[in-house]
Amino acid sequence: MMTDDQHPADEQKRDFLRIALVGSAVAFVGAILYPILAYLKPPRQGEVEVTTVKAGKLSEIEKDSGRIIRFGNRPVILVRTASGDLRAFSATCTHLDCTVQYRKDMGLIWCACHNGKYDLNGRNVSGPPPRPLEEYRVVLQGDEIFISRRT
Amino acid sequence: MMRILRSIYAWMDERLQLKGLMEYMGKKYVPVHRHSIWYYFGGVSLFLFIIQVTTGILLLLYYKSGEALAFESIRFIMAKVEFGWLIRSIHSWAANLFILAAMIHMFSVFFEKAYRKPREMTWLTGMLMFFLALGFGFSGYLLPWNELAFFATKVGTDIAGIVPVVGKPIMTFLRGGDEVTGATLSRFFGFHVAVLPGIFTVLLGMHLLMVQRQGMSEPLGHRAEEEQKTMPFFPNFMLRDLALWLLVLNLLAILAVFFPWELGKKADVLSSAPAGIHPEWYFLFMFQTLKYIPGKIWFLDGEVLGIGLFGLAGVLWTLIPFWDRKSARGEQNRFVNYLGLFAVLYILLFTILGWLA
Repeated sequence: MMTDDQHPADEQKRDFLRIALVGSAVAFVGAILYPILAYLKPPRQGEVEVTTVKAGKLSEIEKDSGRIIRFGNRPVILVRTASGDLRAFSATCTHLDCTVQYRKDMGLIWCACHNGKYDLNGRNVSGPPPRPLEEYRVVLQGDEIFISRRT
Repeated sequence: MMRILRSIYAWMDERLQLKGLMEYMGKKYVPVHRHSIWYYFGGVSLFLFIIQVTTGILLLLYYKSGEALAFESIRFIMAKVEFGWLIRSIHSWAANLFILAAMIHMFSVFFEKAYRKPREMTWLTGMLMFFLALGFGFSGYLLPWNELAFFATKVGTDIAGIVPVVGKPIMTFLRGGDEVTGATLSRFFGFHVAVLPGIFTVLLGMHLLMVQRQGMSEPLGHRAEEEQKTMPFFPNFMLRDLALWLLVLNLLAILAVFFPWELGKKADVLSSAPAGIHPEWYFLFMFQTLKYIPGKIWFLDGEVLGIGLFGLAGVLWTLIPFWDRKSARGEQNRFVNYLGLFAVLYILLFTILGWLA
């Protein structure tokens, strides 16, 4: 009886079979894994691009106070300083994503999670935050306050 | 009664050949020495895990996932369902005791160098289970959808996002989007009740099988030739185990009844993080460290550095059987003792600091 490797035609046939087998196995696993991996990735939500939001009436906001305003999907902090200036910043702490608040006693914007502090220009002045808060534009139309993204 | 049991056993034995197994169990001995007390904490962890599975299944009967329902359904469990407050309180307390018991178990194995050859894989599966336990804690914490949980999840998943290259996709995967929303809650629910228990059970099976197969590790310096005291596993050690489990169950009941777990305030996406916010105690030392690290160190972001160092420490800790060659040869390794001592002191110090802050 002849052994396989003495037959070049057999060897070719065997190579072909091996490639076909491994190839189809890879394709098979891929066809199962690809949909699963794709499924795990959350789809992009049709997010409405917000450029301006109404933030309330000036007469309703006390001096030396702050509040959180919804800006699309994100929170924005609107601060009215002791002198009456209006300022708005992204309320998402640049450290680890917590939502900041205005601290009257410090006259600062403060994050409770890791004790990060920002001054009223949004600059990170103390604690772990690595970057300043993004500033938003505040526009006053009569008594109505509008906040918009700086472009 | 005994006759019936005996004939059932004979029927099974005829088919499954139980005799060999019973003989094997009967020959299992546990070494007795002054460090024997540490042998019990693995068993205590196992017991608390069983409690978690049981109470977890009970909570599943009423819990509803989703932004609009999660908080309300737990309030319903606590206020309307008979003994609902108890089941939920036990689940929360047992979770914490479980992590504590697993920690004690881990540190005792570390200091006894029981991870050394031939038990590297037992240590490895144990460490993986410990990380899964932290994952259980982290994912379960979000399920009531309260204020603390919301911000803890924001911070925790943001930390995952800091890891270079793979971080952002992992964060998006965990959150089910760019932000922590109801989508995150759904995913965490799935991880908590299906993915993690599945993986954990497989690892636990391997871990226990290896413990059974290899027997208990003995402290370094115990010589095999020396006359040694032992105790049969069955029934002596097992009865001691069970007595301790009963004690733990009592402790758990006292904690759950007299210090019922609070539900807190429902999460509000538009509120600021409340003052005094902090994670569960077992994450506290890392949380406290992050507070002290400034925003920029040299050219690195402080948090990247801090999290990188903790990650590295975790990897080295997990791989200790593979780099502690001395213990594997049966020699004392002082460096490992000091390292373990440093870890314990660091964790204690920063946990206390975090607690006081």
